[in-house]
Amino acid sequence: MDFQPTEDQKALREGVRSFLEGQVPFDRFPALEKSKGFDASLWGELAEMGVFALRLAEDEGGIGLGFADAIIVFAELGRRLIPGPIAWSHLAAGLIDGAATGEVVVGGVDLIGPRPDPIVLEHLDSLDVLLVLRPEGIERVNPRDIEATEIETPLDSLTPVHHALTLPAGEMIGDAAAAAQMRLEGAALVSGIQLGLAEGALELANAYAKERQQFGRPIGGFQAVKHLLAEMFVKQEAARAGAYNAAATLDAPEVANVQRAVSSAKITAGESAIRNARTGIQVHGGMGFTWEVLAHYYLKRAWVCENLFGTQDEHAEKIAEILETLG
Amino acid sequence: MDLRYTAEEQKFRNQLAAWLASEVPGYGTPPPVDSWDERRAYDTGWQKKLFDAGYAGINWPKEYGGRDASLVEQLIYFEEIAKANAPYVGVNFVGTLHGGPTIMAEGTEAQRAFHIPRILAGEEVWCQGFSEPVAGSDLAGLQTRAERDGDDYVVNGHKIWTSFAQVADYCEMLVRTDPEAPKHRGISWLIMPMDLDGIDIRPLPTLEGEGEFSEVFLEDVRIPVANRIGEENDGWRVTNVTLRFERGTAFASDMIQLQAFVQRMIEAAKNITSDGTTAWDDKSLRREIGHISGELESLWAMVKLSVCEAKESGVPGVGASAVKLYYTDIYQRTTELAVRLLGRAGLSRSDFLDLPSHLFINRHFNAISVSIAAGTTQIQKNIIGERILGLPKELRPPA
Ligand SMILES: Cc1cc2nc3c(=O)[nH]c(=O)nc-3n(C[C@H](O)[C@H](O)[C@H](O)COP(=O)(O)OP(=O)(O)OC[C@H]3O[C@@H](n4cnc5c(N)ncnc54)[C@H](O)[C@@H]3O)c2cc1C
Repeated sequence: MDFQPTEDQKALREGVRSFLEGQVPFDRFPALEKSKGFDASLWGELAEMGVFALRLAEDEGGIGLGFADAIIVFAELGRRLIPGPIAWSHLAAGLIDGAATGEVVVGGVDLIGPRPDPIVLEHLDSLDVLLVLRPEGIERVNPRDIEATEIETPLDSLTPVHHALTLPAGEMIGDAAAAAQMRLEGAALVSGIQLGLAEGALELANAYAKERQQFGRPIGGFQAVKHLLAEMFVKQEAARAGAYNAAATLDAPEVANVQRAVSSAKITAGESAIRNARTGIQVHGGMGFTWEVLAHYYLKRAWVCENLFGTQDEHAEKIAEILETLG
Repeated sequence: MDLRYTAEEQKFRNQLAAWLASEVPGYGTPPPVDSWDERRAYDTGWQKKLFDAGYAGINWPKEYGGRDASLVEQLIYFEEIAKANAPYVGVNFVGTLHGGPTIMAEGTEAQRAFHIPRILAGEEVWCQGFSEPVAGSDLAGLQTRAERDGDDYVVNGHKIWTSFAQVADYCEMLVRTDPEAPKHRGISWLIMPMDLDGIDIRPLPTLEGEGEFSEVFLEDVRIPVANRIGEENDGWRVTNVTLRFERGTAFASDMIQLQAFVQRMIEAAKNITSDGTTAWDDKSLRREIGHISGELESLWAMVKLSVCEAKESGVPGVGASAVKLYYTDIYQRTTELAVRLLGRAGLSRSDFLDLPSHLFINRHFNAISVSIAAGTTQIQKNIIGERILGLPKELRPPA
């Protein structure tokens, strides 16, 4: 057992990080907002980098890496606040032609969870294919066949949403087990994004705490602020451990209970993302409450992620069920 | 990022599990906390059994009585010990988890050869004489004075919060050897035999009501210079090695045991009934317990990550502070939930009706000490802020 990221995985992290910093400078965000969080050229760049084809076998045109590698990439995507149906398109690689190469943009909606949620669809206008996860299986639906109204006021300006009362029947392309597995893998990928959000929020707040002066010294020198940042660091490391654990368990399902590992990750990373985003805003003071400072993007995306592939509450109930069987 | 165990690691796990299954049930139950002699006998007796079977000092060299196995096997050991509900490390805590490791890392050949095998065999019990009434968080402000006299240091001072002092054979003793030097540069780390003349131990009841720790008064205690670890006045560096072990790996087995505690909470919840339903049927309780258990899984993953990262250096890094903080937070919330679960049955500290009040209340109290002992939560946050996040240092008085 060696739980550390390998040298290759560390290099992958550095590579993706510098690529994203170069291609998606934060001043690209206003333009992204105008195009409602989707930019075909950015999508192409992500595809070229292998975001979608990462785990697809080499003989199917993919890169053939594992979940551990995927989690590292998704953490970087979260850290850079990359919008779009990235998790769904990654999950669709190999299942939907063109998903892996980015030529076909795949989104989805998860109707498996126990919550009686309304049908809220993300990024609908940008999608070529919509996957619907139902307890019975995975359905493929043509987004153009969906009657839905756009919600003019999305929580996250980079995650546009539509509301549909019903969904048209689609083509069944996977059975119940496949749907459950996709949901599990989706939760793990999102825990990676959440880790990245927790990291990004801390990085931003930490830089500000060193630069902003009050009472003649950097605010990060005040213990009340320093301790907030230290708490964010702990949350970040907890999210990392949780997300890596889920990924490594998916790569080697024989070592532990995969559901338990994934649910633990979704809980830990979900909480870290929300908590760090909120604390990050506090550290920025009034600037944190402005649109201009990025801090709020982390919070909004954290709430989007919280409601993907099962909330913390739902995953906590799942763990309780597992504990019950252990006696 | 590979969680698969090698065939060798798996074999070790199976052997240990089988051994524990045959040894644990017959070993008996722990004696009451206030009978120190029985506690010492119980805890060291178990340590001796581990030693004889080759399960003491998992990652320490064979020549000192260890197993010479890897840190991963050390983690497997913690997991199996918890699973088997084996006796707690107890009075062997300081010796096996930070005193011994400090001697391994910083001691002389003679010091290692003498102490390590005896610590592993349960023949030596250690305590920690770091804190003083005037020096807690500001440990480097310690004033216990050591003056050189021939081959001895003559030590005078006053230590406090010394856990296990009543039963210890040796003490990790920090003394000031140069009162003129800046405070971090005048400290030395000594091995103090507890049977020397001039040591007066006065138990100090804790909020738990028992004498877990003591005050230790030192009057002209003669400690041989040969008992020093590291150079004279280089004790602060050695202290930091001790603290890294104490904060980094010492609590690992406590962490993994928390999952078993959560199972006890579920059992208790099933025993609390009203109108045909149990507390465990309550969705909000199930969520809270599921949430905590999920965080515990992440905590253990965090331990695995930090142990694997320490593989090369052998000493846990400053990231250990994050592990301790996360553990403290979860431990305190978990045991608070346990006390809430007890309701009025928790007004008794011994088991009450069918409920484990004794265990739950004691764990709750113990959890409270974890944000104080081994460096308070506030100090750990300072460490993370300054040494990891690179924030400005605390204001310090001019030297
Ligand atoms: C159960 C238990 C067992 C122990 N066992 C041992 C032992 O075996 N050997 C041993 O040597 N010691 C032992 N200790 C002592 C422990 O290490 C000290 O209690 C601890 O380091 C804090 O020191 P203090 O008690 O003097 O508190 P203080 O340092 O006086 O702290 C009081 C409060 O002030 C805060 N504070 C202090 N300085 C700062 C700062 N710079 N910034 C922010 N906040 C600050 C602290 O966080 C704390 O909340 C034990 C303690 C406990 C509770």
